[in-house]
Amino acid sequence: MKAHYKKFAVMACTLLMLGFGLLYSTHKTLNVSAAATGGITGTIKLDGTPPHQKPIDMSKEPNCAKAHASSPVTTETVIVGPSGGLKWVVVYISEGLDAATASQVPPVKPTWDQKGCQYIPHVMALDVNQHFQVSNSDPHSHNIHPLPKPNGANHEWNRSQPPGTPPFDQVWAGEEIAIPVKCNIHPWMHGYMAVVKGPTAVTDENGSYTINVPPGNYTVTAWQETYGAQSQKVTVAAGKPATADFTYKAK
Amino acid sequence: MRVFKSIYGCAGVLSVVLAAGVTASAQDATEVGPKPPLAVKPMESRIGNVTGHAADGKSNYRRYCAGCHGDYGDANGENAVWLDPKPRDFTIATFKCRSTLTGTLPTDEDLFNTVGRGITNSNMPIWNALSPQQRADLVAYIKIFSPRWEKEKAGEKIKIPAEPPVTMESISHGKALFTKLECWKCHGPHGEGDGPSAATLTDSKDQPIRPYNFAAGKGDSRFKCGDTNQDLYKIFMTGLDGTPMPSFADVIQPNDAWDLVHFLRTLQVSRHSKENEVLSAAHGVIPPYVDKNPPPAAAPADNKPPGGAN
Repeated sequence: MKAHYKKFAVMACTLLMLGFGLLYSTHKTLNVSAAATGGITGTIKLDGTPPHQKPIDMSKEPNCAKAHASSPVTTETVIVGPSGGLKWVVVYISEGLDAATASQVPPVKPTWDQKGCQYIPHVMALDVNQHFQVSNSDPHSHNIHPLPKPNGANHEWNRSQPPGTPPFDQVWAGEEIAIPVKCNIHPWMHGYMAVVKGPTAVTDENGSYTINVPPGNYTVTAWQETYGAQSQKVTVAAGKPATADFTYKAK
Repeated sequence: MRVFKSIYGCAGVLSVVLAAGVTASAQDATEVGPKPPLAVKPMESRIGNVTGHAADGKSNYRRYCAGCHGDYGDANGENAVWLDPKPRDFTIATFKCRSTLTGTLPTDEDLFNTVGRGITNSNMPIWNALSPQQRADLVAYIKIFSPRWEKEKAGEKIKIPAEPPVTMESISHGKALFTKLECWKCHGPHGEGDGPSAATLTDSKDQPIRPYNFAAGKGDSRFKCGDTNQDLYKIFMTGLDGTPMPSFADVIQPNDAWDLVHFLRTLQVSRHSKENEVLSAAHGVIPPYVDKNPPPAAAPADNKPPGGAN
């Protein structure tokens, strides 16, 4: 009898401790499973009705109003694809990267284009010190005005780019998720540049992404401009890639 | 007995865990009481052969500057709520009047000149009643508010070639640039600050901001960052960081920039200038600019200001 009570007490104690452990833990462990190929893949979904995206009146810039006459452009704060996938979500590894993978800068130079008075892409993920180019495909001027947080490694700049001028090269010196970019001439133009160390991805219209990482234990973080960040832990084994899906609740 | 022992043991471990949690949250608690004074870092400024020291600028800063810019340089002085535009926030180290590229720190001389010149169309007075040494000390003092001054040097200065003579050809080319570069989108076709994008402009702190009205002001039409042709050249080439005014440094050739300066001066209609003399000699008519080396591609359509510049 006595021994039985003791077992019960130890179990109750362990359960209590576990409860506290969970309370103190900051990461949610969700839906992690192994997939067939790739490092980490996943789908990001929105649960609920997305907020209404307002149509943009571009009549002040006739070129752009004309370009979008058949399908008017809306705001892009929450974009949900036909399958319920959330587009423009930045996914990156916030913990667990080895130094070599973290310091590797991709050799590709992505383009931040201004076309039809919109930023193409609306959200761009970059590595620290990764070169990117800013181009203007419109027949009129834009000013590119990124606004990083003050006193960080990145600084605000503001450059004019008239039509026909060649693309220019830029880099960001430090991690920042994410730097808002605006055009003062066309106040409806908004975009984000997410600067992270190591591999990163932005979800497509199906809410899907793939990040290539070596085997290891990682914390994957997703960031969406309206709903913010979410994290989960994931284990990538050799030849056994992982899945990390996220769900945001519509507000 | 044994059962009780193990329960006590469990409670003991739990209380340690709880205590650790409580201690952690106690350390997170916000500090109360008056904000401690800011430590003066040994910052310096160098303007010609004058060296300014932050420690020497402190009393004058508190006496003359803190009322608007705040004791902590955060633009929260007691007068700040009444001011439009708002005072400069030194904690973010972003400055309008620079001779350096966009996104970089200004030179000490840039800041020194701003203090001595004041900022027109704002509440920033001219502080030339203070001696050059006192102004240099103030420049050093405002560097204590942002860590950027400890990590970075002033940016690369833009190059300004010697000013060519004012001619009608130069003015006419400047007018073509004003149209092509779409200065009128904000500043208006006649430089009156009433372009199609003027109403929606905000600065980097989301405060509404007006584009400069070249036509306003009698005789003396100063700009925020000076009143000479060189100052005007610098304004659009460096851009005014923290405002919607972008840098044109890589899109205008240095000599073309002087042509734009000459045209902009004609928008200051009531100001006596060499540019306005040339213009009135031509009965106020700027002939259309004829490009001697036209680019191969056709000019884009729908790119003309309503009514045309000037």
